[in-house]
Amino acid sequence: MSAAEISLRKAALRSRSLMIGLVLTLVFAGGALISFLWTPYDILTLDIANKIKLPSGAHPLGTDHFGRDILSMIMVGARTSIAVALVAVGIGMGLGVPLGLAAAARKGTFLDELIMRGNDLVFAFPSLLIAIMITAVFGPSALNAIIAIGVFNIPVFARLTRSGALSLWTRDYILSARVAGKGAARISFEHILPNVTNLLIVQGTIQFSLGILAEAGLSYVGLGAQPPIPSWGRMLADSQTMISFAPHMAIFPGMAILLTVLGLNLMGDGLRDLFDPKLRKVGR
Amino acid sequence: MILKSLNIGLISAAALAASIGMVQAGQSDIVVGMQLEPPHLDPTSAAAGAIDSVVYSNVFEGLTRFGWDGSVNPGLAASWDISDDGLVYTFHLRSGVKFHDGTTMDGEDVKFSLDRARAEDSANAQKGLFAAIDSIEVVNPTTVKVTLSAPTGNFLFNMAWGDAVIVAPESIENIKTNPVGTGAFTFSNWVQGDQIVIIRNDDYWGTPARLESATFKFISDPTAAFAAVMAEDVDVFSGFPAPENLPQFDADPRFTVLVGSTEGETILSTNNKMPPFDNVLVREAVAHAIDRQAIIDGAMFGYGTPIGTHFAPHNPDYVDLTGNSQYDPDKARALLAEAGFADGFTTTLKLPPPSYARRGGEIIAAQLREVGINAEISNLEWAQWLEQVFRGKDFGLTIVSHTEPMDIGIYAKPDYYFQYDNAAFQTLMSDLNAETDPAMRSEILKKAQTIISEDYVNGYLFQLAALSVANSKVVGLWENAPTQATDLTAVYWAD
Repeated sequence: MSAAEISLRKAALRSRSLMIGLVLTLVFAGGALISFLWTPYDILTLDIANKIKLPSGAHPLGTDHFGRDILSMIMVGARTSIAVALVAVGIGMGLGVPLGLAAAARKGTFLDELIMRGNDLVFAFPSLLIAIMITAVFGPSALNAIIAIGVFNIPVFARLTRSGALSLWTRDYILSARVAGKGAARISFEHILPNVTNLLIVQGTIQFSLGILAEAGLSYVGLGAQPPIPSWGRMLADSQTMISFAPHMAIFPGMAILLTVLGLNLMGDGLRDLFDPKLRKVGR
Repeated sequence: MILKSLNIGLISAAALAASIGMVQAGQSDIVVGMQLEPPHLDPTSAAAGAIDSVVYSNVFEGLTRFGWDGSVNPGLAASWDISDDGLVYTFHLRSGVKFHDGTTMDGEDVKFSLDRARAEDSANAQKGLFAAIDSIEVVNPTTVKVTLSAPTGNFLFNMAWGDAVIVAPESIENIKTNPVGTGAFTFSNWVQGDQIVIIRNDDYWGTPARLESATFKFISDPTAAFAAVMAEDVDVFSGFPAPENLPQFDADPRFTVLVGSTEGETILSTNNKMPPFDNVLVREAVAHAIDRQAIIDGAMFGYGTPIGTHFAPHNPDYVDLTGNSQYDPDKARALLAEAGFADGFTTTLKLPPPSYARRGGEIIAAQLREVGINAEISNLEWAQWLEQVFRGKDFGLTIVSHTEPMDIGIYAKPDYYFQYDNAAFQTLMSDLNAETDPAMRSEILKKAQTIISEDYVNGYLFQLAALSVANSKVVGLWENAPTQATDLTAVYWAD
């Protein structure tokens, strides 16, 4: 292990926000993974006789209005949230990064203008509004929510990649690569991309948390995953009229959203500090 | 600290003064909350029940009118004679009845209203009510003779509907925004998206209303509705959208919860033309897969009466046929196997916005999953539901409450959205329309209920309960909802 790697690891362990964020994120990701194999109760079976039970030994987080176990619902709901956010970020990165690289490589050309103005166009619309439009036209489903959220991640990553790449293109080692006869595409992937990865990881974490929020928002208004697939946003919407006598139905999914988003943001902040050598030195 | 308590004292003194002020004003106004706002105010040209909820009996009156118990009472017609062959109805109108604009209500207005409703180009949502009318003759200003083409046992009942109210040719042009009727209240003003105000008609022909004015406030969000009642911003909430909140109101001495019956048969509507639902065995399997009580408890928090056919349980002719479709998942699985679907099948379950449908749909989907039927839920807004399900007939299953009174006749229309086509039933319905003998009609109605129950046309779930919350001091509200109405003519504040 090189000295640089060891110092990175030390810095990571010392960063409190990174650690808290990581733990929170792992708890929910772990819950989602465990739910594939086991949940305390089957969430597809309704138990009307046991509806709206307060937290107890049998149901640590209580039951909802159909008698489903809220802990199980939150575990499976984490799956929905994470899957939607992950694929949406994947779409954003998969399309945004190559676009950003291309725009940077062909800076000032028509292609650059086309890509960036296209991004501006997507950026110009409030994202949730367009997401609502997409789901209204194609019908509400988890897939359409993913597409809607994913489309809005494209310009975020394209811009970030382009700005990061532009400063790199003026470096001497790029010049030497060009002199050596490498094409723009090859330089972009071999030399530029590895050097913007840190930026992308940090932004990816933030976008991931925004994706979870957006999914919860869409599900809350009924445009996300459809029943019986549990979703934190819909759990909140379902509990709305019962909040005065069954607050646990709203508090727990609300906490799940809050803690996951908080965890991801803390992790993103921590990663940014970690990847920025200047900040790391200050911390020391 | 002292300052704080002084402050509180001042505030409560002010609140006390305000409430005393209200008492002194005689509590002669009322604010009625409702979930849906009417699209316009002409009950004779739209199906929207929200219109009747505001204007029926308050602003507009018909020849006959519904009582709170569903009985048909004299309205603008003080009495009537029916010829022995059941074809000629002679209505004796009340004299001295004036429309709100000062014009007199007479036989010509009755003829105008009925002719308008049954005209070829009429926009009336219930043209069937007038189908039997052959001709209308104004004998003198207070006597109208209606001749029918065939005896229609339900004619007086039909004339009590909100779609059959009497309107005036003088004011028909602006009826949608400025309704002019003969009722105990006059339309005052409408702030779209917020409220409609009606005020007492001091020239009313009958017993004048005790309230001076009434405001209908439209609050579509159940949470906001709950908050509005709790804060006493509304005095009455008619058709409270969230049954789960009713126990809280019940426990609060400030409020009275009114639980009555409606004409709303809530059914799991089944597309009888779409395979596999064209197979009666499959429909029977669905019927046995459904646990009604779980749906009533889970979706309506216990409010609702199980039904086994498309008929209101409070009707004297109702036959309890719930036994035909008892909850029996094993039988459902056996029936599915017999129909050739041992491994189940996948269908759509399209749900309109009301909570009985959305929640009921989740419960039904879970119950169907138990027997191997995968019902994919899609939640639709009303406009989409009307478009896709009601008009487009593009659905496997849906849940909806049929709130029109005595609407078993819809099963005789093969192009109605659930597409039930049974010649024997259609014959029975035309026999019913021709029959005026009450005993025979009762016989026919019972037979009709049995046919659709044994044919498992739809999944019959429960009769929707009329749920309203009112300030405990409000007296005279309708507990039941025999038609869509918020009749305020006899409402007053107890001291």
